[in-house]
Amino acid sequence: MKRADIPRIKPSEITPYELYVSRRRLLSGALALGAAASLPAFGSDAPQGAPLKFIRNTALSTTQAPNTYEEITNYNNFYEFGTGKTDPAANAHALRARPWSVSVTGNAEVTGTFTLEDILKPHALEERVYRLRCVERWSMVIPWVGFPLADLIKRFRPTSQAKYVAFKTLYDPKQMPGQRYGVLDWPYVEGLRMDEAMHPLTLMVVGLHGRVLPNQDGAPLRLVVPWKYGFKGIKSIVEIRFSSTQPPTSWNIAASNEYGFYANVNPEVDHPRWSQKRERRIGASLFDQNQPTLKFNGYEEQVASLYRGMDLARYF
Amino acid sequence: MNFDTQVRRIYKPLLFVACLLPAARLVAGACGIAGQSLGTDPVHEILHTCGKWTLNFLLITLCVTPLRELTGLNSLLRLRRMLGLFAFTYACLHFLSYLLLDQGLDWHAILEDIVKRPYITIGFTALLLLLPLAVTSTNRMMRRLGRRWQKLHRLIYVIALLGVWHFYWQVKADVREPLIYAGILTALLGYRSWRTGRRSAPALRAGARAASMMANSTSSPPPMVSGGTGS
Repeated sequence: MKRADIPRIKPSEITPYELYVSRRRLLSGALALGAAASLPAFGSDAPQGAPLKFIRNTALSTTQAPNTYEEITNYNNFYEFGTGKTDPAANAHALRARPWSVSVTGNAEVTGTFTLEDILKPHALEERVYRLRCVERWSMVIPWVGFPLADLIKRFRPTSQAKYVAFKTLYDPKQMPGQRYGVLDWPYVEGLRMDEAMHPLTLMVVGLHGRVLPNQDGAPLRLVVPWKYGFKGIKSIVEIRFSSTQPPTSWNIAASNEYGFYANVNPEVDHPRWSQKRERRIGASLFDQNQPTLKFNGYEEQVASLYRGMDLARYF
Repeated sequence: MNFDTQVRRIYKPLLFVACLLPAARLVAGACGIAGQSLGTDPVHEILHTCGKWTLNFLLITLCVTPLRELTGLNSLLRLRRMLGLFAFTYACLHFLSYLLLDQGLDWHAILEDIVKRPYITIGFTALLLLLPLAVTSTNRMMRRLGRRWQKLHRLIYVIALLGVWHFYWQVKADVREPLIYAGILTALLGYRSWRTGRRSAPALRAGARAASMMANSTSSPPPMVSGGTGS
């Protein structure tokens, strides 16, 4: 990957949260024909949760303005808590994200069950501002806090048999009321090819906006693969398995003609029921939300080589 | 004041205002009046609200005939045109918000959507079919079209079916809500076919009587005989 091609910003150039939020508020207020009164009292959407220690990885961050904490934590898909966009925020309080453990199985020298603390201990956290493109056509910019999945994988020393990494979400209908309805084949499962998992952009996430990840966004541990549609970013992970064969993935099980294993963001390959050429940027002003979708969600230069020679319309 | 006058003078204006409430809530949300907000994804909220109220008004309109027959309150019929026109109004708002907010008037993309995306094709078809019903909703058109008016307005059955199908086809996995709409629509259409079936036997007898009367009085012009199986 050619780092020189990614625009660099000094940490001092990054606008603090309160400031850019108030700037954006001002702007959108002005554009909404003086509808500033509509905006919730400032401060009500300040980030919650314990602050994390991290360094800013500006080299791997977009310079686009991030969405607010309020937007990111009140509008997302996490079907384990309901299929509406605000259901996760409303229902995720039932999840007990601590204590937490993750079992590691399959083709690796180091396997077993590890506490969350064991998993996180050796990793320095960094913040990366990534674009997120949902398969449903909306998008956000999110300042995640986490560490490269590659660093975690290396600790388990996968064998040469390990061609794929499979992930599993917690299954507990008591904590996750959405699992009482069979809208998906629970528990949620996802997977990556080993080279995708080892790619430096692939992130294990434990926080956002500098704070501990809230339950509704996949606490305590989730995956973020910025060049793929959002559903690849499996949440509340309890199992990591090193597999020799391509693992099943939840949305592919639900509708294999609509959701493939790769799920790379690609404006040239339509979803069977809608176009993927454009996206709606959440938080932009009402008449300015429609934006073109970029191939690999704008990470083409970094990841296109992973798929060289592959027919992306076939392996969607 | 008799019930019919009450309906015209009191209930109809009240209902008119009530029908405007979903749109008013959107306007209040967009302007931040009365503590209303459009949420994190205002475009989706506007699209979805207008689409859902189109379906709601289609189903409410289809409730008028069964309600009238079951309660005997013929005055309910006075509300039907307004309800149908509100279905059309919300359908137009739904389509407009799609054109303007969702697609940003990208005509190439819009045309491609209408041609290539089945759920948009059927939604658009339903809107086109609503047009002649809205245009012929005036008293003058009713008089001019006579019996053909009723035939034409049976299109609402097709429109409602397409509308619910349009909703069903665009959800990702959770089909519970569209299925509720489908269930209600099935009940409303089922009621009509059940009633038609029940009526057809006496209607046939009435038809036969009329035919024999016609045969007996060859000098008089043939009477207007309807099959008695109207909507």
